[in-house]
Amino acid sequence: MKLKNCKERLAFNCRTAWNNRSAYVLMAPFLIIFFTFTVFPVIMTIVLSFTRYNILQKPVFVAWDNYKELFVNDEVFAIALRNTVVFALITGPLGYFLSFFAAWLINEFKPLLRGLLTFIFYVPTISGTVYTIWSIIFSSDMYGYTNSFLIRLGIINNPIEWFGTDTFILPLIIVVQLWMSMGSGFLVMRAGTASVDPQYYEAAAIDGVKNRFQEVIYITVPMMAPHLITAAVLQITGMFANAGASIQLAGFPSTNYAGHLIMTHLMDYSSYRVERGYASAISVVLFVLMISINKLSVRLLRKVGA
Amino acid sequence: MACEAGIRKLKKPRKKVRLIGNEAQIGRKSSGDVLMLLIVGIMAAFSFFPLLMAINMAIKPINELFYYPPRLFTAHPTLDNFKMLFSLMQNTRVSFLRYAFNTVFISLAVTLGHVFIASMAAYPLAKLKLPGIKTINTMIVFSLMFVSAVTDVANYLTISWLGWLDTYFASIIPPMGATLGLFIMRNYMTTIPDSLLEAARMDGCSNYRIYWQIVMPLSKPVWLTVAILVFQQVWGVDNSGYVYRESLKTLPYAMRQITTGAIVRMGASQAVGVAMMIIPALFFIVNQTKIINTMATSGMRE
Repeated sequence: MKLKNCKERLAFNCRTAWNNRSAYVLMAPFLIIFFTFTVFPVIMTIVLSFTRYNILQKPVFVAWDNYKELFVNDEVFAIALRNTVVFALITGPLGYFLSFFAAWLINEFKPLLRGLLTFIFYVPTISGTVYTIWSIIFSSDMYGYTNSFLIRLGIINNPIEWFGTDTFILPLIIVVQLWMSMGSGFLVMRAGTASVDPQYYEAAAIDGVKNRFQEVIYITVPMMAPHLITAAVLQITGMFANAGASIQLAGFPSTNYAGHLIMTHLMDYSSYRVERGYASAISVVLFVLMISINKLSVRLLRKVGA
Repeated sequence: MACEAGIRKLKKPRKKVRLIGNEAQIGRKSSGDVLMLLIVGIMAAFSFFPLLMAINMAIKPINELFYYPPRLFTAHPTLDNFKMLFSLMQNTRVSFLRYAFNTVFISLAVTLGHVFIASMAAYPLAKLKLPGIKTINTMIVFSLMFVSAVTDVANYLTISWLGWLDTYFASIIPPMGATLGLFIMRNYMTTIPDSLLEAARMDGCSNYRIYWQIVMPLSKPVWLTVAILVFQQVWGVDNSGYVYRESLKTLPYAMRQITTGAIVRMGASQAVGVAMMIIPALFFIVNQTKIINTMATSGMRE
């Protein structure tokens, strides 16, 4: 009985699919590339995470050894995990809020200014030179702006090694990351705030909405819900899979692993030590971490009204 | 539609002129305008500072890099760094123009290709309830969460099996299947009213026509945004992992070769940073003006 039911459903699905074959034709070119260059490598990585593999020799199956090693013995991974959580918990929500705020602010301006402001806010992401500038500002010798300024004020006598001191590394990386938070999520939110029809604001004003804050809560946020969820996903991937600030500023590896993130740990094992099995296991752990945070944040956004 | 536009025209003269904000938002105070201008000013200054510094570093003569106390802005602006960069570029084995051509060609090909095929896939994924669609959507969100640092071996094997090593295909085809752009477009397209598509279907429109004549015009802001993201990402990619012939390599590779050097090359490497961002910045500006125009003209809502 059950088998028959299953068969019928399969037949029904096949018929629906065939009747709408044009939809599948539309999807085909993308899906072929997607499966070949994304899905297949991901599956292969998951399989490799249960092996010991150095690229040159054939992978050796080791079952859960990589994961055991990662969680029980790898002390550096514990540091990386802790840093990543701190880094993501601060830069994630704060950067998300900043992007939304900026996107909303910009939308209030006249079209020409809007374009200009969007460009100015997005420029740190285009230029990619932000790191260089920050490493000059916080340079470890007395030619660095911060050091020379503090020395002239008489607060310090000797230049501080900003990116060589444990206590400064993570906070500085977080500040720089926040500076760069107007990335792809910001652009998505820009499109979102721009897509809210001004007529709604007019209607709301008549219905008794008094100030901008109420406008945002009752109109802007609900109207751009899909964009908010898109931006949240981008924010999460951007924060957890981001090693740029850490590597460029604190070096790789950073002093006492103070700026070590899961991503840098992953790069360490994949490109430098070439322990691909172990690196794959790290990437799977990161994957699971990101998926769970994503589930949580989407649920949270739905509650807020998005 | 025509009627609505007429009404708008009628209304226009009566609206009061405001510095910022939309005329429609009648419940607003001017004090709020001032506060917002102030906040935007501060935020804009913070955002613009790194670029300003980057340009400043690029036109700084090399000896000024070691002044004490360091000056915020250079005293003797010079184009020496750019001149040095050009002279270094002339000494490359493969002509510099070839690297530039490769980068422009690959960036444009990937951007056009991706926007086209991903938007084609995004429409059914966002709007149609068919077998398999839900699974694919989940896979796409999951794929965004998987970092690409460890997938290169698999991709290398695939590319070499296809015989694409050392060809343009290796630099163009794989990035076209990136899911970021697709994901953004798919989510945007869910906001297109169903009734509109339903009406088109009633009139006998095929999925292809709905895609090309309804979905694409309505989602212009999003595919322009995706074009920026993809272009900028591909622009910075060093493709030397899958390509070995010097004549197929890209600018980021060439620039890295040129600027990897001791302190003497420091000025040149600052100039590279500025030079490399000119094209993406222009692309962004042109693109943004298009987005704004779209927003002003598309009054289509449910």
